[in-house]
Amino acid sequence: MIDPTLVELSRAQFGITALYHFLFVPLTLGLSVLLGIMESVYVMTGRPIWREMTRYWGVLFGINFVMGVSTGITMEFQFGTNWAYYSHYVGDIFGAPLAIEGLMAFFLEATFVGMFFFGWDRMSKVAHLCATWLLALGTNLSALWILIANGWMQNPVGAVFNAQSMRMEVSSFSDVLFNPVAQSKFVHTVSAGYVTGSMFVMAISAWFLLVGRNREFARRSMTVAASFGLASALSVVVLGDESGYTASQNQRMKIAAIEAMWVTEPAPAGFTLFGFPDLDARETHMKIEIPWLLGLIATRSTTEEVPGIENLVQENKGRIESGMLAYGSLLTLRSHPNDAEAKSLFDTHVGDLGYGMLLRKYTDHVLDATPAQIEKAAWDTVPDVLPLFWSFRLMVALGMFFIGFFAYAFRLSAKRQLDKHRWFLKLALVSLPLPWLSSELGWVVAEYGRQPWTIDGVLPTFMSVSSVPATNVWLSLIGFIVFYSVLAVVELYLMIKYVKLGPEGAYGLPELGRDDRAAALGE
Amino acid sequence: MTLDYESLRVIWWLLLGVLLTGFAVMDGFDLGTGILLPFVGRNDAERRVVINTVGPVWEGNQVWLILGAGAIFAAWPLIYAVAFSGFYLAMFLVLCSLILRPVGFKYRSKMPGKTWRSSWDWLLFVGGFVPALIFGVAMGNALEGAPFRFDETMRMSYDGNLFGLLSPYALVCGLVSVAMLTLHGGAYLALKTEGIVAARASRLGAFAGIALIVLFATAGAWTAYGIEGYRIVGTLAHDAASNPLAKTVSRATGAWLDNYSTMPLTLAAPALGFIGAMLGVFGLGSAKPIIGFIGSTTAVVGVVATAGVSMFPFILPSFLDLSSSLTVWDASSSKTTLVIMLVAALIFVPIILAYTAYVYNVVWGKVTTKTVEADHMSY
Repeated sequence: MIDPTLVELSRAQFGITALYHFLFVPLTLGLSVLLGIMESVYVMTGRPIWREMTRYWGVLFGINFVMGVSTGITMEFQFGTNWAYYSHYVGDIFGAPLAIEGLMAFFLEATFVGMFFFGWDRMSKVAHLCATWLLALGTNLSALWILIANGWMQNPVGAVFNAQSMRMEVSSFSDVLFNPVAQSKFVHTVSAGYVTGSMFVMAISAWFLLVGRNREFARRSMTVAASFGLASALSVVVLGDESGYTASQNQRMKIAAIEAMWVTEPAPAGFTLFGFPDLDARETHMKIEIPWLLGLIATRSTTEEVPGIENLVQENKGRIESGMLAYGSLLTLRSHPNDAEAKSLFDTHVGDLGYGMLLRKYTDHVLDATPAQIEKAAWDTVPDVLPLFWSFRLMVALGMFFIGFFAYAFRLSAKRQLDKHRWFLKLALVSLPLPWLSSELGWVVAEYGRQPWTIDGVLPTFMSVSSVPATNVWLSLIGFIVFYSVLAVVELYLMIKYVKLGPEGAYGLPELGRDDRAAALGE
Repeated sequence: MTLDYESLRVIWWLLLGVLLTGFAVMDGFDLGTGILLPFVGRNDAERRVVINTVGPVWEGNQVWLILGAGAIFAAWPLIYAVAFSGFYLAMFLVLCSLILRPVGFKYRSKMPGKTWRSSWDWLLFVGGFVPALIFGVAMGNALEGAPFRFDETMRMSYDGNLFGLLSPYALVCGLVSVAMLTLHGGAYLALKTEGIVAARASRLGAFAGIALIVLFATAGAWTAYGIEGYRIVGTLAHDAASNPLAKTVSRATGAWLDNYSTMPLTLAAPALGFIGAMLGVFGLGSAKPIIGFIGSTTAVVGVVATAGVSMFPFILPSFLDLSSSLTVWDASSSKTTLVIMLVAALIFVPIILAYTAYVYNVVWGKVTTKTVEADHMSY
């Protein structure tokens, strides 16, 4: 049997390194586009302050960018190191978008980021502007391919199982590319990145204004961030709704868990605004419900039902029983590839093979599973309700706050009063961490809500792990925690130093012996 | 035009070679530069010169590795699964080094403190040396075979640990890799710098080149007469679904020479390795850095190709369970995926090469203390 400690450790490591990686990604996404906008204004108007803005936000961008790039390598490697069975089982489909991401996007952004920093004196204005936009384009395309890969984990379309090679193989690559889940997740995710970039520029500019320095610089930066932020915040919520709708079509269990909807309700179902879901008691304590709302969001109709958790568990029990037949006939086919009876049995039940595998958690002999084990496996298909319920609500609340915040900022900027209200500047400053919080919560909802699957309905998480000793994963997990913590401290230290240096002091620092710079850094 | 599955597999074996060579050539001089950094630059100004020779291009170069890994994942998923999980802790060390390196380049000169900078310099050395060594050691382990087997559901088990990777033979392969990349980094620095930095880089690079010739010959003799190579017994369909368990394999000393006797033309690969290394030493010794760089690049191509050609059609053999060995014929993705990836590669690789060439053209020229001082964006 597969060592449960190994599974938990591998999940913890992937979760921690992924959430850490995504501390840097949204800012890269948002700031790269903001740099492109600022530099475009510079090239069109020729006013040097816009060049200074591009360069200064660029320096901060660089400190963040390098962490995003490096911690991304960890993500790619971990599929092989910690999820070897996954890599074998779905590499035929999942590997392709990752490789194309490298070819189409990552090369572009990594090559032109060098030009962004080193090209100022070596290229014409327009050529440099092109380099900046290619950097932004590469960054965003990179997100597209990663989310095509991730979208396939949520909604595995365009693939069939091959008994000879014992894995999933591509049947329609265009289905994988135009997977509706991937498309809506892409726009949702990059928009969240734009909100992060806008908030970053708002908050630091607000700090400049609060301490009374770089007024022109800060006001202009805020003007750009306010309008870009408003458009992005609207897009996050609208496209978030779109991803909710597409999820309800293919991940009904995820929606039921997020809503803590224990049994199917008559349509249109109510939306639980507040409450404490209890998975053991299968009920939600102290709940406050808004009638009709969930049904309207999830089905866009007043008559269609949103299925509840217990109803889906019963349905999944049937699929597990069918999956047992698929698993058993597959084993026969592996040793006797020409057995016609096994072949026809397998073909009938292959769609439930993944459900059969859920039993491997309890027994190595899937065909001999007891009714109690089947019951347990069926309940395993329910993700942990409480954290999902609250992560989702907090994320949505933050999304609403961003719309209000940027709408007000936009109004102030239209009236040229961005620097007039100290309370607003203080609010901007303290709101700095919120976009990061909502992005991380979003990933918790998406990935924790996908459990117990790595590939929804196809491959259970515990089956996906590598066969490595748990001690090795302990070592790497502790190693990552220590190493990443040190890096985070160094990154934050530099970021704060360079914010304090401000636009007037941030370049040319590397030269030793320049006393003014050293003094500016307080060394 | 339609390609059959067999040809696609051979093409993807070649492309894997191209990507790994691309990585070894492009990121190779970054790694070599890191290894040489503390020795070639004796004060802060000199070290900044060294770092700024790769400053504008290391990010692009590193993508060769990421693309290489992505291409293995997409085209050779079983290799990806077995190699990455089998060499678990070694991969973790590589990963930490590969994270340290970009961060080191970027952050080192952001603060003026002496301790800050010299710490990053040594971390950059580690970030160059460790991956160079481990990639070579991994290649050595591939040539010796690794201790893994598959069960009937293709779940792999691996019977080895980090120290098991460090056999004497694999260590020699690791040193081949370190010497090769140090030569390459030295040649790059000789080309991009002048004065005392270029002189030191040439001298150390030439030493590394001589070491490479000796070590490559040692590894070659050891491969031919010391370790056991692998052979497929009987016939194996070249266009069947990928199922490694369907073949029989035998081991014998000297089996890794089979391809050279059946196709003598393949001897060009090791020959290029030696000629390149000699040319590199000659170029660096006679103050002709361009010849040195052409030589070191040729050596990298020759050495990587030698490993690939010796093992073909094997990619990652297993000594624990011979028939679990992974070969070109039974470890690839499906035909559809290989076609899709080939189309993607044919479209994007020329574009990548074009803009990479553009960027090298923009940053063309020597890096000196003056140019580093003059550019406020320098590292």
